[in-house]
Amino acid sequence: MIAIDKTSQLPDDQRVVMTAVGLTSPNGNNLEEYRANLLAGKSGVKDYEIRYVGKTLAGICNFESTKYQTKKDIRRGTRAGAVGVWAAQEAVARSGLDWSNVDRSRVGIYVGVTEHGNVETENEIHSIKAFDYDTQYWSHHHNPRTVANNPAGEIALNMGITGPHYTIGAACAAGNAGIIQGVQMLRLHECDIAIAGGVSESIHTFGIFASFKSQGALASHSDPSQASRPFDRDRNGIVVSEGSCMYVLERLSDAKARNAPIIAEIVSYAINTDATDFVLPNPERQAQCIAMALARGGLAADQIDIVSTHATGTSSGDSQECDALRRAFGSSNRTRFNNTKSFIGHTMGAAGALELAGNLPAFQDRVCHATINVENLDPDCALNGLVVQEPQELSRVDYILNNSFGMLGINSVLIVRRF
Amino acid sequence: MTPAEIRDEILDILSEIAPDEDLSDLEDAKSFREQMELDSMDFLDIVMELRKRHRVQIPEDEYTNLASMASTVSYLEPKMKDIIKA
Repeated sequence: MIAIDKTSQLPDDQRVVMTAVGLTSPNGNNLEEYRANLLAGKSGVKDYEIRYVGKTLAGICNFESTKYQTKKDIRRGTRAGAVGVWAAQEAVARSGLDWSNVDRSRVGIYVGVTEHGNVETENEIHSIKAFDYDTQYWSHHHNPRTVANNPAGEIALNMGITGPHYTIGAACAAGNAGIIQGVQMLRLHECDIAIAGGVSESIHTFGIFASFKSQGALASHSDPSQASRPFDRDRNGIVVSEGSCMYVLERLSDAKARNAPIIAEIVSYAINTDATDFVLPNPERQAQCIAMALARGGLAADQIDIVSTHATGTSSGDSQECDALRRAFGSSNRTRFNNTKSFIGHTMGAAGALELAGNLPAFQDRVCHATINVENLDPDCALNGLVVQEPQELSRVDYILNNSFGMLGINSVLIVRRF
Repeated sequence: MTPAEIRDEILDILSEIAPDEDLSDLEDAKSFREQMELDSMDFLDIVMELRKRHRVQIPEDEYTNLASMASTVSYLEPKMKDIIKA
């Protein structure tokens, strides 16, 4: 029997459940394919080349982009919009909702982004170089492509959704933040259905790669599949990836009323801030964020079965998160820890949502997927319960906690429960 | 460029702007909008492409000349007659 958390004692119209998920990741374009590749240890990181930076590595999505968009829509819009449309459409298609009869003025779209607009701005500057930087050659599409709400707005346009749409800029905590926003809006009855998650188009901006390289934080490896190696002694940085993961969220009362399939219930969350540095994390604040999420949910650390870690493969970031995890879960013998970035790299704004998604099937199959590429565990990253190299079968999985942290010291934690 | 070459160039620009459209049956005398889904941003794309490809400048108050293939070619003929087709 599942332990009772605070959220399950709320009235059904204050409880929020996930009824579908749509995604594209570097190693899968739906949950089944993605999960199978996570269990099989299959990486999605490939060789990649981008202007000015040259040869590097990236997690690249390869989905049927014209399934839901015309070629003209793709040309006019952004990559963030395209991956967002794919995931949102896939989620709705899997939700069992009778979409043609859904009141779309009551649907809200909440999309987490790490950054937006860099791709298009770089493209335009590159383009006008041929015209000696004469701005009369600057595209009229630049503004609609670069407004911060673009990815959410493209989903709204594509799906005829007339409820609220906006993005949540939260660095690499954005995927969790998008979902949290959806939960809050449903609880406030600002919408009846929330399409929430995160997107990343970051592999199309050379600036992201160049900046990580200048910071000494861009991963390199002769074998792309081994480049993203959180917790390993030989990790040397981040693999930048694109991706998207959007959930259909509904109040439990509505989901029950339509006999919707329920993937998980969102039982708690927390967001806080380090206020200590632009890039370096603060394990004390991370541990506080985890503790806050546990306390809000009325949960103890040893009730969490799986922690999906944020670790990106940087030298200090990984060990700092492990420090925070020891503070928060030191007393738990039950909790297992894994890391999805070891397979797909860092999907930036999509990371929180996508990394949670890959763990959700554990509620049914009771398997904690591994962290791959941990050949020599860094002693600073040694955690009781860290699942490395091979998936681990568990006796039961009731609660999953998802960490997602970002620059400027934003920390986010989401806890979901088997339903 | 000859009028036929200008027409080919406009067709090429249109195929880039509206990649989902079948342009093989485009009637020159009919307006583009009657035959294709084009909005104001698309017409700005035509203007921008002509500017980028051939340095042809089209003042805003003359955009109406781009209504149909026939009117576009006729309007562009004096502006593009000295351009050598690449």
